[in-house]
Amino acid sequence: MHDLISIKDLNRELIEELFLLADKYNKNRHAGGFEDKVVAGAFFEPSTRTALSFETAAKMLGAEYIGFRSWEGTSLAKGENLADTIRMLDNYADCIVMRHPNDGAARFAAEIAEKPVVNAGDGKNEHPTQSVQDLYTIRNSFGKIDGLTYGFVGDLHYARAVNSLLLALNMFKPKKVYFISPESLTVRGEVLRTLNYKYEALADPNKVIDEIDVMYITRIQKERFTDPYEYKKVEASYRVDLALAEKMKSSAIIMHPLPRINETDRGIDRTKHAKYFAQASFGVPVRMAVLSKILGGKR
Amino acid sequence: MKKGELIVSKIMNGTVIDHIPAGRATVVLGILGIDHTIKNRISMVINAESKSMGKKDIVKIENRELKSEEADTIALVAPEATINIIRNYEVAKKMKIKVPESIARIIKCPNPLCITNNDVEAASRFAVISKNPIILKCEYCGTEIDDRDALNALACG
Repeated sequence: MHDLISIKDLNRELIEELFLLADKYNKNRHAGGFEDKVVAGAFFEPSTRTALSFETAAKMLGAEYIGFRSWEGTSLAKGENLADTIRMLDNYADCIVMRHPNDGAARFAAEIAEKPVVNAGDGKNEHPTQSVQDLYTIRNSFGKIDGLTYGFVGDLHYARAVNSLLLALNMFKPKKVYFISPESLTVRGEVLRTLNYKYEALADPNKVIDEIDVMYITRIQKERFTDPYEYKKVEASYRVDLALAEKMKSSAIIMHPLPRINETDRGIDRTKHAKYFAQASFGVPVRMAVLSKILGGKR
Repeated sequence: MKKGELIVSKIMNGTVIDHIPAGRATVVLGILGIDHTIKNRISMVINAESKSMGKKDIVKIENRELKSEEADTIALVAPEATINIIRNYEVAKKMKIKVPESIARIIKCPNPLCITNNDVEAASRFAVISKNPIILKCEYCGTEIDDRDALNALACG
């Protein structure tokens, strides 16, 4: 594995290998072994969990971590283009972790850089390490990913975490996947056409709530709407409340890539279904696994 | 005009592109990067009668032989076009165009947030995921377009 731009750069075998590595790093977070490496974090868009977990992961592996967390303070603010910024980071670091607001920016950066590029989210396109983290959470909850019924709730149109996870499920055998969202926020056609499993789109979660094993909720991706009027139309158009959560199977889990706004009832936090904080905590061992695999060597 | 009379005279050497859908001759020239700045003489017929197409366009480029990979780039807008290479007034070679596997630069991605529309060094590149009907997928942002969208999104148009 050189770059990780799309979840499609991985296969099931590689994902399962990453799980085993994440298990190892979960037990031994201060693993070290990469003291001679430098990881550059190029975050052109706000991030809390992804940026901090990559930085923590790099440091736990013993690597140096350099980078920036916004456009301001870089030469991009002076008008430098992305390609030149990437060339500079390519000189300084052994691996570039990049988040960028433009769709396809990570693939472009990977074509410019000789060093590996890890996509930490590009526009509405993909967020592959989030998907590995999500799959790891599911595998740790159920001992499997196959044979489960999934319900994706919310903004399925612009959420890159959903996009990547739907593509990732092509490598597994979900029993069924429900897309629960307002019509204007449903999965994009180009993603839908590539899915190889059974799915159904609907607006009311009550009809299928007792079938769902994994409910994956996303916030409305306000920053992806090009028309503020379109955002206003769907703002607050869905919410998962405690009453709905109580109708779920006792073993069912609720996931969320975070941040959350008003789409979930915070009362759910206290139920056994809530898995989003555990999901977030897996960010560090999973990204340690990804970085160690990319930085290479048998250490 | 007498029956059998040529609208545009024969060329001695060069390329004749025939069976272009009516109205698309200028688009074909645009894709090929041919305009008034080149030295070659260009003849163009728009709305010529055609038995098979009803109406068609024809383009004649003097003293330039199109390469087959150049010819393939016009497949999106003129899939039925025939290309004849002319040497000394005779047809020396007939080329049938085929839809290429990928198309770089000539089509602008319709997604305004695609990196290819936001960095001076990034050029568009589409994979041809279906040839009939034509469906193209942006290799950067994944946006899919059909031939009508492609025609609207021609970077040179």
